[in-house]
Amino acid sequence: MKLKEIVELLEADLLFEDVDKEKEITCAFGSDLISDILMCTKESTLLLTGLTNPQIIRLSDMIDLFGIVFVRGKVPPKEIIDMAKERKLPLISTKFTLYRSSGILFNSGLRSCKI
Amino acid sequence: MSEFWYAQPAYENRRLGQVNSTPIPDFVQNFKLGEKDFINAGKASAQIKIALKQLGVDHVYLRRAAIASYEAEINITAHSRGGRITSKYFPDRVHIVFDDDGPGMGDIEKSISPGYSTADEQVREMGFGAGMGLPNIIKNCDILHIISEEGVKTFLEVIIYFG
Repeated sequence: MKLKEIVELLEADLLFEDVDKEKEITCAFGSDLISDILMCTKESTLLLTGLTNPQIIRLSDMIDLFGIVFVRGKVPPKEIIDMAKERKLPLISTKFTLYRSSGILFNSGLRSCKI
Repeated sequence: MSEFWYAQPAYENRRLGQVNSTPIPDFVQNFKLGEKDFINAGKASAQIKIALKQLGVDHVYLRRAAIASYEAEINITAHSRGGRITSKYFPDRVHIVFDDDGPGMGDIEKSISPGYSTADEQVREMGFGAGMGLPNIIKNCDILHIISEEGVKTFLEVIIYFG
């Protein structure tokens, strides 16, 4: 599934434009616990989360993330968006909950990442 | 003072020799960590990962080293008065040493049990404090050694072999 399709399905906003919207996203994972994210993502993945602190971006230095979807209408502060820009890490914000967002993407064919 | 050892079965016989011997590493990196400095937490582990990548280490071991190091770095940030990381690079392994200025752990066995956490509200709000830090370190390293003195300090070292 392409990044731009995910943005459409989640009726979401891309938090900065300078990203490859045609990028192919192969799987996803959702959690608000950093240790779970580290433990469960063995392959490149899209992350859905409600966390908006700098550590969520720092995570992408440790594991391979296609991008981050902030759920429940959360938008991180500017310095966090800047951190993501430096890393060319796409950020998406949706008003949908983690459950609903995950359900929409899963039903549209985006599989869960291998854990 | 309490002490804890863990080694993946394949490395059980190497643990004492490897940790106690003092061969000269190919190179060493040093980092300082501040108490509750969540702005900079994780930078050291990211640099360790970059160093390993530059050495041509396979991504499987990069990932294991980065995760083990990051969890230990977060532990120092979240729970201690500050500390240091020393990362020593050898041709076949990386040996990362974390030491902090306390307050230490009273009971290491308890601290490593999954789900056990002493994290405060600020730390939990950031997505930490699930009590999976030390279990995650164990899962991602080949050798782990912890010495902790309650009220004083914690010393933690991990070794990750490249295959």
